[in-house]
Amino acid sequence: MSAKEAQNVDLVTVEIIERALRSLRDEMDAVVLRSAMSPIIREQHDEFPLVTNADGLMLVGQFGSYVPLLLETFDETIEPGDVVLQSDPYLCDGAIQHTPDWLVLVPIDYGDARVGYTSMFGHMLDVGGSVPGSMAATARSVWEEGLRIPPIKLFSRGELNRDVLKVILRNSRTPDINEADLFAIVAACRTGADRVVELCERFGLETYLAAGDAMLARTREAVRRIILTYIPEEPVVFEDVVDDDGQGNGPFRMRLSIHRVSDRAVLDWTGSDPEAPGPINLLTHEGLFKMFVGIYLIMAFDPEILFNEGFHDLIEVELPEGSILKPRFPAPLGLLNISLARQLDVVQGALAACAPEYAAGAGYGSSPAMTYSGNDERGRYFQLGEISYGGLPGRPKGDGLDGHSWWPLFTNIPTEYIESYYPVTVERYRSASDSGGAGRHRGGNGIEKVYRFEVAGEVTIQDDRWRSLPWGVEGGLPGAPSRKVLLRSDGAREELPSKCDLVPVAAGDRLLFITAGAGGLGDPSGRDPAAVRRDVRRGLVSAKAAARNYGTALEKEDT
Amino acid sequence: MAYVLAIDVGGTFTDLVLTDQHNGSHVVSKTPSTPADPAVGVLEGIRRVMARAGASADDLSALRLGTTAGVNALLTRRGARVGLLVTEGFREILHLARSQTPGPLVGWLNMDKSEPLADLELTIEVPERCRADGTVERPIDEAAARSAITALVEAGVDAVAVVFLHSYANPENERRGRELAHDIAPRLAVSLSSDVLPEYREYERAATTVANAFVMPAVSHALAELEGSLTADGWRPAISVVRSDGGLMSAHAAVERPVSTILSGPSGGVAGALALACQSGFSNVLTLDMGGTSTDVSACIDGQVAIARETVVGDFPLRVPSVDVRSIGAGGGSIASVPEAIRALRVGPQSAGAQPGPACYGRGGVEPTVTDANLLLGRLPDELLGGEMRLDRTRAAEAIASLAAQLGLETVEAAQGIVDIVDESMAGALRLISVERGLDPRRFALVAFGGAGPLHANALAALLGCFPVIVPPSAGVLSAYGFQTVGHRATFTRTMIRELSPASLTEIRAAFAQLAAEASAWLERERVDGAALAYSCDLRFLRQGYELEISFPESQLAARWDAAIGERLCADHRRLYGFVPDAPAEVVNLRIEAHGPATVRLPEPTPVTPGDGEHARVGMTEMYAESAPLRAGIFARNELQAGDRLSGPAVITEDDATTLVLPGHRATVDAHLNLLLEADEGL
Repeated sequence: MSAKEAQNVDLVTVEIIERALRSLRDEMDAVVLRSAMSPIIREQHDEFPLVTNADGLMLVGQFGSYVPLLLETFDETIEPGDVVLQSDPYLCDGAIQHTPDWLVLVPIDYGDARVGYTSMFGHMLDVGGSVPGSMAATARSVWEEGLRIPPIKLFSRGELNRDVLKVILRNSRTPDINEADLFAIVAACRTGADRVVELCERFGLETYLAAGDAMLARTREAVRRIILTYIPEEPVVFEDVVDDDGQGNGPFRMRLSIHRVSDRAVLDWTGSDPEAPGPINLLTHEGLFKMFVGIYLIMAFDPEILFNEGFHDLIEVELPEGSILKPRFPAPLGLLNISLARQLDVVQGALAACAPEYAAGAGYGSSPAMTYSGNDERGRYFQLGEISYGGLPGRPKGDGLDGHSWWPLFTNIPTEYIESYYPVTVERYRSASDSGGAGRHRGGNGIEKVYRFEVAGEVTIQDDRWRSLPWGVEGGLPGAPSRKVLLRSDGAREELPSKCDLVPVAAGDRLLFITAGAGGLGDPSGRDPAAVRRDVRRGLVSAKAAARNYGTALEKEDT
Repeated sequence: MAYVLAIDVGGTFTDLVLTDQHNGSHVVSKTPSTPADPAVGVLEGIRRVMARAGASADDLSALRLGTTAGVNALLTRRGARVGLLVTEGFREILHLARSQTPGPLVGWLNMDKSEPLADLELTIEVPERCRADGTVERPIDEAAARSAITALVEAGVDAVAVVFLHSYANPENERRGRELAHDIAPRLAVSLSSDVLPEYREYERAATTVANAFVMPAVSHALAELEGSLTADGWRPAISVVRSDGGLMSAHAAVERPVSTILSGPSGGVAGALALACQSGFSNVLTLDMGGTSTDVSACIDGQVAIARETVVGDFPLRVPSVDVRSIGAGGGSIASVPEAIRALRVGPQSAGAQPGPACYGRGGVEPTVTDANLLLGRLPDELLGGEMRLDRTRAAEAIASLAAQLGLETVEAAQGIVDIVDESMAGALRLISVERGLDPRRFALVAFGGAGPLHANALAALLGCFPVIVPPSAGVLSAYGFQTVGHRATFTRTMIRELSPASLTEIRAAFAQLAAEASAWLERERVDGAALAYSCDLRFLRQGYELEISFPESQLAARWDAAIGERLCADHRRLYGFVPDAPAEVVNLRIEAHGPATVRLPEPTPVTPGDGEHARVGMTEMYAESAPLRAGIFARNELQAGDRLSGPAVITEDDATTLVLPGHRATVDAHLNLLLEADEGL
């Protein structure tokens, strides 16, 4: 694609087709939410639609960039009416990063012409493996993480391949729910494809294709200007660690160097540690990572700019083979969410050094999870799984948020729901005061939650940032680390590591579950004294910590 | 003589519709709103419309009011200073909210998070605890509660909200909290979450209860002012307020539960649009209410408005039943611009609003808007509001020309582009709400109203295939008109989580009997006759995180209700998801909706005589459609008669709205004086 070709269509038409494609993406979400079942998709929106052009380049979407490789490696021809399904992270270079993600691809055909693809992946409730949910902290290899589906035709020219579906569903603990979710995803992809065909009818094939090129070209141009403005030619290096892999190993370092050559940004992960024995490995897909970087760049600059793959030739990524960011088969991948959080912390850190628009420190940097299972008073098996959130960093816009999610759209579970269904009482649920790093813009506090277990059972915990601290920027102080303490009913206290599987608990035992805070932005002495006092009155910062961290700011006001 | 007067007080204009109860005929009027003292504008409007109808003060029997007092208090944060009492351990219930940040990735970086309506400084924990099954594990600590209330009173709160965990299952501790509060400060306004919303999910219950306390002074003040002014002028109509669910309630009930008035105006518009469409024989309709800054869309199926159980205003979730209206930031005042980073034509979300307004209003606006584009394309007459407002074509041309120059386009091309882009945004929103309800937009008709709706509706219907377009008479005051078509309405709910089995039936029946008693008492207080009670409940399979709503006749409760409802649940689940989970079913929420009858007569149909509408032609305009200049007739809406048929291109004007008929389409006036726009055959 070149700028010249892109001019063959007038820019009003480009804008209209872009609007139509944005709406189409919302429509794909609406279709999947209408008939999907698992709370992961319905409540947490762990599903990602996209539309590509005929070459597989994403025109609209969020986490795309995997289609060209899929087209290249799939050993069959994709015919009209086919639906391709796959879930093997190692066969798609990490386009999906763990086994519970199922990815669907549908071709878009207008007359005899292949005009593109729609695709979506969604997180299934269970795909087999050694633990329910298929993400075991104890996994030593991907073999323990359940079924992997190579690219196959779930539908062949519109005909459902029933036998393969039976085999797939037989390998899940939740076959009905997976089936409902899978067909919801297929329906969404087909709706998207139908809508693109309508656009071709409305505008003509040539115009539609040219508009797609123009959309890619103009996002490319926007990102090019952002790169030229913000990315320096001298390398900026940033590094951080994942504390441990849950199996006694660690810390694991991630190191990123960013610099600009002409109008291209080079992101080099050389110097990152080798892959871990435990499941914190992050199979980084190069295209997906470029998209993350592009979203970071665009969001701070002009969030209205369309995310698409137009800028991918402007970003070069170096991922050392066999590292924690590019593990070799069959390294386990189940807890990648922790490493993904850290990878983006590192990107954040490097960009913060490039431009003030990106200045924000580290957040709680994890995906803190607590699972409590056992048999209730009536002898029925139960399993409560809960993801917690934590502090978000101080931002150019203002203070970091206390106890919020860094990943978009995720929500907490109401205490009244938890207590209605599980033999557990939540005694406390608030932010951990003083856990946010001091700064001109304060880092957010982590979450402090106390569970009281009503029956004997087992507790599994997955978190990080219990040794390393969420750093601040421009003189902002780091946030407090996470912490887990088991308070036995006899008064004994046991500090727990941030990752532990199946710890036995008795009725009456309590768990103190604290997630990490976030780093502050800017020197605390520059903080508005009124904001310091307000935080103290609100109980988010103690008087003692305020005096310690903001003494200068308060003195300035007094004089 | 008996007249019913409907008033929709908007931000810019106050719309009035006066209906003669004898024959259903009506008189409409539009007057500027007076935000500083709303009663002034309303009274002025009442005098005008009553004078036009030749009616005297005694003739006015009832008044129906759509109010923005509540929503404005919420959006401008001018409400009560609310103190909040919560269960020990949960002080940050509003501060932490649901922990959600917006998409996409890095959405937190620019997230605007409103401060809660009850400040964390004014939120105090009280030792007390109720369990999910309603047993009180720990009674309220009275000493602690007293000192908390005293502290709040000393901090100068206007109202106190009490939100204790699981109070939907047992309100005992919350009620004791209110007694203690009244002990200390007998006149303190106290809202209990178990009264406002006896449903589980503590954050939404707390947010709704606090919002109720927050908007109470504004709503009660607005109603008292109006009542006072009316009385002073010798008018004594019974005042009803339109609720967010499109029903009515008395002014007294509105003061008690002001949070139910938040979507008062928009819901009336949808109800009115639907009533008129049904009258003309269309029961599946999309509604399009396009104003200056935003456009509200909604989908109605089988003659019913869609009710959402929760609505979000600003970023406050309010769990009150509301007409499911989606708002998008595209309106006549939406500003077209070229962004810094890319050469593209962007329309909205910024809006010139009413002040300064579009460039052509000549009030100082210089940025090009959708209205300026419409004017340049020859789609608007030179005057609006029956001549009260002149549109300045030169200013519109200047504004758009500078934009066009940045893009290398002709001025007319840029104007056409602005209109096409805003149309595409609205089409996307209309498509989305139809798909969410499981239907293709082609299965609907499109009812267009609001000042700008009828101008864009033809193009939208052509995009979506949702013909005919219905443009009701007085489309610019449709919300007020809609208030005439609705009856009283209220919802009574209770969360009661029980396994669906014969064993729980007695308890469920008793709970429904209690809800029915509450509903009857409410209807009696509101003096509503001939109301119907609709029974429904939310059910799910054990430990699922979402519910399905199932409605049933009351008579079914007497017999094997659990079995019948269980079958319905299984059938619905199979229809939606393709299978039935292997888990016990359970009831979650019980609900009764009381509906009163609509009491105002709609106008009778008029005789239809085929005609060409030429007698209504008042001029010609040079119009651009599909980039080509065309000559189009301008017609006066109030001169058109039932049966008249016009061919596009044509512009049909009335005081408060302009309808555009595109080339290849025609407009027919039906027996109810609606304009029906359809595509010509064979195109």
